[in-house]
Amino acid sequence: MMKKLTLPLTEAALASLHAGDPVLLTGTIYTARDCAHRRIFELLDRGAPLPFDLKDAIIYYAGPCPAPEGKACGSCGPTTSARMNSFAPRLLDLGLGGMIGKGEMSEETREALVRNKKVYFAAIGGAGARYGNAVRHAECIAFPDLLSEAVYKFEVEDFPLIVAVDRTGKSVFSR
Amino acid sequence: MRTFDTKTIADCVYRLARRAGLRLTDSCRAALVRAEGAETGAAKFALRTVLENEETALRERMPVCQDTGMSVVLIRLGQEVRLTGAPLAEAVDDGVRRAYRDGNFRKSICDPLTRENTGDNTPAHLHVDLVGGDGVEIAFLPKGFGSENMSRLFMLTPAEGREGILNAIVSTVRLAGSRPCPPVYVGVGIGGCFDSCALLAKKALLREVGSRHPRADVQEIEEEALHRINALGIGPQGFGGKVTALGVSCEIAPTHIAGLPVAVNIQCHCVRCEKEVL
Repeated sequence: MMKKLTLPLTEAALASLHAGDPVLLTGTIYTARDCAHRRIFELLDRGAPLPFDLKDAIIYYAGPCPAPEGKACGSCGPTTSARMNSFAPRLLDLGLGGMIGKGEMSEETREALVRNKKVYFAAIGGAGARYGNAVRHAECIAFPDLLSEAVYKFEVEDFPLIVAVDRTGKSVFSR
Repeated sequence: MRTFDTKTIADCVYRLARRAGLRLTDSCRAALVRAEGAETGAAKFALRTVLENEETALRERMPVCQDTGMSVVLIRLGQEVRLTGAPLAEAVDDGVRRAYRDGNFRKSICDPLTRENTGDNTPAHLHVDLVGGDGVEIAFLPKGFGSENMSRLFMLTPAEGREGILNAIVSTVRLAGSRPCPPVYVGVGIGGCFDSCALLAKKALLREVGSRHPRADVQEIEEEALHRINALGIGPQGFGGKVTALGVSCEIAPTHIAGLPVAVNIQCHCVRCEKEVL
């Protein structure tokens, strides 16, 4: 039986997660890829307000396909997280609640997760239809000119994930 | 001599693109099913999710992967064919544009410097080979970039030979690690020159997963590379396991006496490729 998690994650829930555990995640998450991260950093550097409150927020490294008629979201699996290695540590230090993506991240990111007692979840790459279908509500909240790379606020239900790096820094990845 | 309006080709590209976005190739699916049987734990979970995902994609008419790729269109054009109508490249882009719009596919093509999206997934990467006869053979490969980013080109010396080729292939997969959505399908070009070698690697990806090159010495490289890659233990999604690659396909071409180019084009486990002969 897979563990069900609801956002925001409580201390107890975070402590119960171990690298390699499969979970089903429900709640609010925000998409951001390369370009959106760059813009968020520009806002941070200028001291300008961000499109969403970083505190305990979960970022999903993803860029959706357009939604078919009658659906909240199109196909939307994870993108390669390693491209966000230069952004993740600073965001975690500013209060970010964790990330969802695919593939291993850097040692620096792992250290930032441990330092902030946060978790990195792996979504299964190539399962875009499965994830898109689990998005109940989607809203573009920033940078609409970036199209699929804009920031979307998602309400998701039962996202199938693996705990990739738990808050002790243990990792599911083989190396 | 046969005459084709390029509109026919545009419509064919449209059909192939729509189909390719929603399904894996049969040989890819069969290899994934075998891999799922061989793995345990998180790796098995990943493969089961991927297989169930394809069923969801077909049922819901949603792309299997949100990275509906750069549109790679490879055409084998008989030289006894006369094309009329819009220029071929425009016709291909027209097919891509309509398919990505109607299929709710992601538009992933942008300017390399400003990063401004072209908005319709064009231009396609079109390559035409002129061949004998009066047929038109079109292959459509939506190429995701998580895996494309992990591809590499090596200009080896002739002395490095077979072992150098194997090292190039295996080290590329090892360095890619969990990033390209393993288990990967590896297309390899051996020989030619700098650019044609890379194209050979891409053409190798048009072959069925698990197919074998007709030449015994090439086959032997394919098998040995696959064996060494699967000994790396990276596993599905990098979660560790027995299956890091579903297959290795090599294509070869004569090269210069001074060189041994090797191109390694990585394809994720979502092998999507559709072909049609007109």
